Amino acid sequence: MLQETPRKLIDESGIRLDGRGLNELRPIKIEVGVLSNADGSAYIEQGKSKILAAVYGPKEVHPKHLALPDRALLRCRYHMAPFSVEERKSPAPSRREMELSKVIREALEPSVFVEYYPRTSIDLFMEVLQADGGTRCSGITVASLALADAGIPMRDLVAACAAGKVEGRLALDLTDLEDKGGEADVPLAWMPNLNAVTLLQMDGMLTMEEFEHVVNLALQGCKQIYQLQKETLKAKYVTVKEAVEE
Amino acid sequence: MSSIMVSRVKQKQIAQLISSGKRLDGRGLTDYREVQLEDGVIERAEGSARVRLGKTEVMVGIKIEVGEPFPDVPNEGVLTVNAELVPLASPTFEPGPPDENSIELARVVDRGIRESKAVALEKLCVEPGKKVFIVFVDIYVLNHDGNLIDASAIASLAALLNTKMFKYEVKEGEVKIKPGYTSLPVRNYPMAVTFAKISDKLVVDPWLEEEQVMDARLTVTVEKDGKVCAVQKGGYGYFTMQQVLEAAKIAREKAEELRKLVVKG
Repeated sequence: MLQETPRKLIDESGIRLDGRGLNELRPIKIEVGVLSNADGSAYIEQGKSKILAAVYGPKEVHPKHLALPDRALLRCRYHMAPFSVEERKSPAPSRREMELSKVIREALEPSVFVEYYPRTSIDLFMEVLQADGGTRCSGITVASLALADAGIPMRDLVAACAAGKVEGRLALDLTDLEDKGGEADVPLAWMPNLNAVTLLQMDGMLTMEEFEHVVNLALQGCKQIYQLQKETLKAKYVTVKEAVEE
Repeated sequence: MSSIMVSRVKQKQIAQLISSGKRLDGRGLTDYREVQLEDGVIERAEGSARVRLGKTEVMVGIKIEVGEPFPDVPNEGVLTVNAELVPLASPTFEPGPPDENSIELARVVDRGIRESKAVALEKLCVEPGKKVFIVFVDIYVLNHDGNLIDASAIASLAALLNTKMFKYEVKEGEVKIKPGYTSLPVRNYPMAVTFAKISDKLVVDPWLEEEQVMDARLTVTVEKDGKVCAVQKGGYGYFTMQQVLEAAKIAREKAEELRKLVVKG
């Protein structure tokens, strides 16, 4: 479905195309435990981005020589469905997907007690069903919940959110159009308990002052998303608890 | 990629020294290793450079071909960056298609050049929508002793600055090469500065053994006016917000220093 390219992404009073203010997140809907085969799973809709994540493990490693003697091997695959973007994307993994799989793994591994499960693997799959900007961040947010849903011991949840610069203004949680038409995009992942930045990337151009502001803006976004993550997990376990008590 | 073994004793020594503000090779925490730069080392390539950063050695060759533009930017040339971790450079590099490490290396270097608009791609259009010049930046790692990103970024920029474009004319839709050369239009000078976090301290330009000990890695690329144009965190650890902002400030100074080595006059 073709998107029309509008002339202006932000109007004079700082209202964006989808009606959001500059410091506002897109509407977020999260569910956990959505797939019956997986050990843990979660689904997120952030604006028009829709991502499904599943965790299998800890389990035996295949091929065996990859097993680590002192910790679990965390493997991540970030993958986009061919129909998730405007022009069909080949299902073969692109260079972008390979890079994102790597940085997402490195964003989540600090949160997992991998040393509890030596010689095993924890396999994490993220499928982007529809992409509208910020999918690596939504992917981290939802993958962290899938890990928690799988009952894997973690130091904290990881929440992720991007912020950037669009038409000279600093804005939170960019859509695809804002990212492409904007001047900079900074995805950030954060673990509140340790005050840890576990993913940080940037492309675009920002002065040092702008960079500092954008990073802090993204952090505010992460804080809100973290609250949503916790509420979602709690809500799920209230229903589980009720079912057990019946 | 399997890792190089560093003995426990040495790991501990590296970490302890850094926590007291020193490094095993005698450098200060924010000192680079010696940078040696040669350019124009491959005559067959349109541009080339060989960089030695301590014992790390990277060669970059630039080739230019005529090809089709991307449909969304019909008036611009194409820039592609590729990195090869050649097996002769380290016992941990294996032959085969690019793995995630070489893809990440290429993409981080690419981001710096692209986002700072270093190459004036709009000047590389022959016929809008049909024919443009494609600039291939091929990074060839020859010896791996840590901090491949900065070495590759320096070598790539040096090679681009050294690139000669053939003169041409268009006859009946075909590009005909004429005698003589012009230089590639380069208007910005991005410099990557990479940090390792060891013992909760930031060290610049980690060598291989420090990379084995580090918790996490952060690269900040700064362009000629001191603006940040690319950032990449790597590794299994994390940074605090204060460390990120501190790194950005140090990166600006270090980028300035490095730029003087590459951009003369």
